[in-house]
Amino acid sequence: MAYSTKVIDHYENPRNVGAFGTSKEVAARRDIGIGIVGAPECGDVMQLQIKVSEQGIIEDAKFKCFGCGSAIASSSLATEWIKGKTVDEALTIRNTQIVEELSLPPVKIHCSVLAEDSIRSAIEDWKKKSGASPASPSTTPVTQHA
Amino acid sequence: MILPNSPTSKNPIYLDHAATTRCDPKVVEAMLPYFTERFGNAGSRNHQFGWQAEDGIEIAREHAAKLIGAQPKEVIFTSGSTESNNLAIKGAAEIYARAAAGQTGRGHIVTAAHEHKAVLDPIRRLMREGFDATFIQPPPDGVITAEMVKAALRPDTILVSIMWANNELGTINEVPQIGRLCHEKEVIFHTDATQWVGKMPTNVETDQIDLLSWSGHKIYGPKGVGALYVRRRKPRVRLEALQDGGGQERGMRSGTQNVSGIVGFGKACELCFNEMESEGKRLLAMRNRLETELKKRIEVTVVNGHETKRLPNISNISFGFVEGESLMMGVREIACSSGSACTSASLEPSYVLKSLGIGDDLAHSSLRLSLGRWTTDAEIDSAIEMIETAVNHLRRLSPLYDLHKEGVDLSKIVWQAH
Ligand SMILES: Cc1ncc(COP(=O)(O)O)c(C=O)c1O
Ligand code: FES
Repeated sequence: MAYSTKVIDHYENPRNVGAFGTSKEVAARRDIGIGIVGAPECGDVMQLQIKVSEQGIIEDAKFKCFGCGSAIASSSLATEWIKGKTVDEALTIRNTQIVEELSLPPVKIHCSVLAEDSIRSAIEDWKKKSGASPASPSTTPVTQHA
Repeated sequence: MILPNSPTSKNPIYLDHAATTRCDPKVVEAMLPYFTERFGNAGSRNHQFGWQAEDGIEIAREHAAKLIGAQPKEVIFTSGSTESNNLAIKGAAEIYARAAAGQTGRGHIVTAAHEHKAVLDPIRRLMREGFDATFIQPPPDGVITAEMVKAALRPDTILVSIMWANNELGTINEVPQIGRLCHEKEVIFHTDATQWVGKMPTNVETDQIDLLSWSGHKIYGPKGVGALYVRRRKPRVRLEALQDGGGQERGMRSGTQNVSGIVGFGKACELCFNEMESEGKRLLAMRNRLETELKKRIEVTVVNGHETKRLPNISNISFGFVEGESLMMGVREIACSSGSACTSASLEPSYVLKSLGIGDDLAHSSLRLSLGRWTTDAEIDSAIEMIETAVNHLRRLSPLYDLHKEGVDLSKIVWQAH
């Protein structure tokens, strides 16, 4: 399969890689929302952390991804897009916009869904922790220790 | 803009010889006259053009037979291993069936779960046509032994089909022992030797094989040509032809022969026969170095399949916490393949790796690197460097690597659907 130049760029220079601390540290912080989603199609995992101000603005975002190049590029792009947006604005981002921006082929559409889901999941987590009203309950963190 | 999946500066390093090989220029040279000057139909018995074509085919048949220790008459030319496997399996099943077409209980076939699709699918078709089959589940090292086959045999077993070396892992099954067992039990034994022949010494007599498939494009010959060995004595194996027509290839494979392809196939067999011993040593040394270096430099690197019972040129390696397709993207200068779900259209991880009980995490993280005739030490050096760099890059991105560093046992995590 051929990759678009944008996918290659995000792959080689991923934006906003990382986390705001170890999983224990961030779990306790009320200003951070964590979304961890897995793609049932291929078993890949995306982790998104957002740092949200009291006004509901996403001040910073960090991601990690175990997945194909398109999944890495989708999550990297998602962090770029949500930074500076309010959580409500971020919730309007659709995977189809990611598909278009990165010229993803049909077989890679679910990789962009993973990115959209991680945004929803992270915002929902933040709302729960910060006491804001919950987002539409479309996703929940999906990793679970056996 | 869509870029080709390769750098513009130089050709990628080709480490995908298990998928296909470059045609040896000597093979091409041998083939060329058969397109233009000696273009005859080998079936034209009454003029020089026909005789030349026939001579070309018969010389090729001798080289092919010599490579596997057979008699030339026992070699049937086909379009490749897929056809050879189909002809061997379906052709034998029809002849040795215990009940007529349309009935059930027509006979039992033994194979293994990690065979190539070109063996599994013909057998699955036979199962819809009244035959039974057992798919032996391979052990974690991937090697099928005679004991395992023996345990799967039934009084109504008519055919055993076990590949010689696995195309994804390079693991080598106990073929001579399985051959002996089948001959004792008077069961027909077929082996898909596509990855084995040309690289490893083969003798269908001492190895007690009845039917053996191999293919030109895996041995530096042309694509679309291969052969099936069909034993002629002790026992004389009979096959029902799959296609009817002019009765070429002893009636087992009708159709005007692909003369130039067959000539190229014969030349490829000859070259392999001559170079096998020294080439095997060269490849093994390079592959061992590749594996040793990668394991030394990159933690949680696992070589899949049996440590020593493996072809000298195939290495299937998993790099923990890194997804295979993204790794291939990181090493775009290396042409190779992966068992990762993300690389396949079906988004399923490799069924071969899964059948060994290798966890989904390691199956996702696998690369298959397969070396060949033109692989150099310098290429192996670059490959090691590139893989190390890419794995480190991706581990920095990997949430699983973080969990690993925090001491979480990843095999205990259940990834749930959302
Ligand atoms: C073990 C094995 N069997 C069969 C085949 C199919 O061979 P061919 O491409 O000649 O049909 C291959 C190659 O893809 C193979 O590796
Ligand atoms: S995340 Fe697996 S195919 Fe993209």
